[in-house]
Amino acid sequence: MNRHLLSIHDLSAEEVVRILDTAESFREVGTRVIKKVPALRGRTVVNLFYENSTRTRISFELAAKRLSADVINFSTGGSSVSKGESLKDTALTLQAMGADAIVIRHSSSGAPLTLTRWVRGSVLNAGDGTHEHPTQALLDLYTMRDRLGRLEGLRVAIVGDVLHSRVARSLSFALVKMGAEVTLVGPPTLIPPDAAAWGVQVSHDIGAVLPKLDVCYMLRVQRERQRQQYFPSVREYARLFGLSRERAGLLPDRALVMHPGPMNRGVEIDSDVADLPRAAIEEQVTNGIAVRMSLLFILLGGSGSQEDEQEAGAVRLPEEVPAGA
Amino acid sequence: MPESVLFRGARVVDPASGTDEVADLLVDGGVIAPSPGPAATMLDCDGLVLAPGLVDLHAHLRQPGREDKETVESGCRAAALGGFTAVASMANTDPVADNAALIHEVLELARAAGTCDVFPVGAITRGLGGEEMAELGEMVDAGVRLFSDDGRSVPNARLLRNALTYVRAFEGVVIAEHCEDASLAEGGQMHEGLTSSSLGLAGQPREAEEVVVARDLAIARLTGGRLHLCHLSSAGSAELVRRAKAEGLRVTAEVTPHHLVLSEEDLLTYDTNMKTNPPLRSGEDRRGLRAALGDGTIDAVATDHAPHAVEEKEAEFDQAPFGTIGLETALAAVLTHLVEPGELTLARAIDALSTAPARILGAGDHGGPIAPGRPANLVVFDSSAEWAVEPPFASKSRNSAFLGRRLRGRVVHTMLRGELVVADGKAQR
Amino acid sequence: MPAARLMDEAEVRRSITRIAHEIIERNKGADGVVLVGIAARGDDLARRLAREIGRIEGQTVPVGALDITFYRDDIGIRAEAPEVHETRIDFDINGWTVVLVDDVLFTGRTIRSALDALVDFGRPTAIQLAVLVDRGHRELPIRADFVGKNLPTRKDEDVRVALREVDGEDAVLVDDPVRSETGTEGVRS
Repeated sequence: MNRHLLSIHDLSAEEVVRILDTAESFREVGTRVIKKVPALRGRTVVNLFYENSTRTRISFELAAKRLSADVINFSTGGSSVSKGESLKDTALTLQAMGADAIVIRHSSSGAPLTLTRWVRGSVLNAGDGTHEHPTQALLDLYTMRDRLGRLEGLRVAIVGDVLHSRVARSLSFALVKMGAEVTLVGPPTLIPPDAAAWGVQVSHDIGAVLPKLDVCYMLRVQRERQRQQYFPSVREYARLFGLSRERAGLLPDRALVMHPGPMNRGVEIDSDVADLPRAAIEEQVTNGIAVRMSLLFILLGGSGSQEDEQEAGAVRLPEEVPAGA
Repeated sequence: MPESVLFRGARVVDPASGTDEVADLLVDGGVIAPSPGPAATMLDCDGLVLAPGLVDLHAHLRQPGREDKETVESGCRAAALGGFTAVASMANTDPVADNAALIHEVLELARAAGTCDVFPVGAITRGLGGEEMAELGEMVDAGVRLFSDDGRSVPNARLLRNALTYVRAFEGVVIAEHCEDASLAEGGQMHEGLTSSSLGLAGQPREAEEVVVARDLAIARLTGGRLHLCHLSSAGSAELVRRAKAEGLRVTAEVTPHHLVLSEEDLLTYDTNMKTNPPLRSGEDRRGLRAALGDGTIDAVATDHAPHAVEEKEAEFDQAPFGTIGLETALAAVLTHLVEPGELTLARAIDALSTAPARILGAGDHGGPIAPGRPANLVVFDSSAEWAVEPPFASKSRNSAFLGRRLRGRVVHTMLRGELVVADGKAQR
Repeated sequence: MPAARLMDEAEVRRSITRIAHEIIERNKGADGVVLVGIAARGDDLARRLAREIGRIEGQTVPVGALDITFYRDDIGIRAEAPEVHETRIDFDINGWTVVLVDDVLFTGRTIRSALDALVDFGRPTAIQLAVLVDRGHRELPIRADFVGKNLPTRKDEDVRVALREVDGEDAVLVDDPVRSETGTEGVRS
């Protein structure tokens, strides 16, 4: 497997299955009294978070610690370049410290790939700009597989501001890779114009889509998008695309409601709905640690000194898949 | 007065006179001699091409203001090594070149460097603010023939109309527009399309350029003024120019080597050296631009040489400034990717790199014809010599879109008014 | 070249029966005994042993499975991270006698990992080790309490146990040296 995880496109379907299967074992470790294994003892994992995210950072921190690795947290709030050190200088410092893995969250798309040019360790993308958030997608796949027993053929809707969502991107690519059927739902201004090339369907009518779903995945909609005139008002957005209690009733009984968090209760999702048993939102958090442990183990558990070790290279374009294929 | 030089056995390609033949050429007293004869320096040019010195309509020499990125001296040396004998330097310096004093300063710096002629471009609006016309007449007196707010479009159509109308009072003056609608382009890091989507980067659509091209052409029609369009990036823009020319409008256009060779997919590695404005667009656009260059719709190739500091370009993609250097690679890029595969004839290539831009700029001493009595501004190059594009460069900056590639076409000699400023591929000053 | 058969079906069956008897004898019955099989073949063997003990003593012995991948001493040394199997220990091991069960005892490193893993689950009264085959070449001071058969082998040979539940037959097989090791299944400890 590749030395880095920058994008869902870095993984084959087999590798995704392996990550999820290995995560099962790590979930079991989480049920033990001693929730720790010595697998990555002596390794150093650095959390390089240029964007504030307590939830994701703690998830990675716990994952690394439960593998007995040493963890360094390097968090800066705000823009990286205008304040203080450049990304390059930070990278060289981490390299000198002997970081085996660097988990990076950054507001610039492509920053993780740029980082791989300056460090020898493994780079894990914990979210870069509006590009990708592969670990979130993997833990979402894990939750879906765990609750529904399969991924192939699942009918999933991703609802909201897809255009600006790195989670939506990674998740769409991941689901298509695993044979699920994906429909993007939202106002036309918030759906990427080239979404058809992703192998997904597009709809602007949430009511028509809900009754045929296995998973309804709600995205956070920032109020800033209204200021940028992508839709006229939050009220109208919620009315047309929000998952209200009534709308949630349209979902089939076994369908899941998911959200990557943090939620805008009352905008994209009603409080009532978020607290329903069918909402798997809390599990997404628990499963996150197991999936991240699995990733760290797989990336760092090998020496990587094989002919198939690749230099982190170009972003691959999603394979052209006709919509509905 | 430089010593006499005899170029022996070169293939002389001179679009202005329609020449393409192997000949000997004598330069004496800074001008082309009536017939070949012995000279102080005899240069064997067997297998080499001799052409009028190249002319760049569009370069950023960064002085005054950002001498860390480039100076007139280093820029001129880079130009000479790239085969250029004349360069138009854009006005977006700090302070802005919107007055005669600054024009004089740039001219003086170029004269002191002595490796290339510089034709400073004056700003259309004061401080490039887009609101008030600069003192164009005063700058014309200082020698300016090209005005541009390059870096941005003139935002106000009425102001553009006035500028185009006003300069009709002056002989041979051209308004050059960078065509970009700020609202459509806002936030765009590259071309808007499948690639920008894959990379998670905000893009700007080609309509951001085409909308302003259409506007500017309409105003050119209205005023009868002389309009030049900088660095076209879209096939649609080229088509608009084609129709305008058919109609008889006095419009000219340029395209950069990187827009002729590269496309949006080259950005899949988030390589900031290829982050330009206007951005590299699709393969379709590239095809359209090449066709337009071939049929003369686009008159000239211009580099838009834009040096940037290493640490600025090494930043995250969306933080990095736009631009690529280009003086040292322009000729080779065109030779390797257009002439060699047969898409463009050598004569047309030299026309686009020398004769046409000289005409647009009004640089009478450059661009040929190579005829007795004419100033000897020449370039001699080996069209098959292969080299790798890597530092050190003569430019102070290293941000080349062609970094790491191999190109064919090496400048051997560059002659400025009879003086060999580049000999055997090495700068003499 | 096809594998050579070191033990056939009948021999495997008899060994398992004898080990079951020995465990009962050594522990003076089946009280307080749990079996923990080391994934993957050890797990199947442990369950067979539990059935045998149940048949002999009329008593159900708890059986668990232990995957030791996370406790290996060669993580980060081989090219790829090793494959992980299921761990299933649904009972409290504090105060019990744990009989670790594995198919082949070789260098002893797997058992060392298993001991470290077990100790993270609790504090057993005692840990004993039952293996179907002891092939020698120990690299650590580990010995088995119950052995099906001692089989001298060359260090570079590959010894595998086949079990009906998984492989369709019961046998102990030996192959010529394997030139390159891609996964972890090839490693026997």
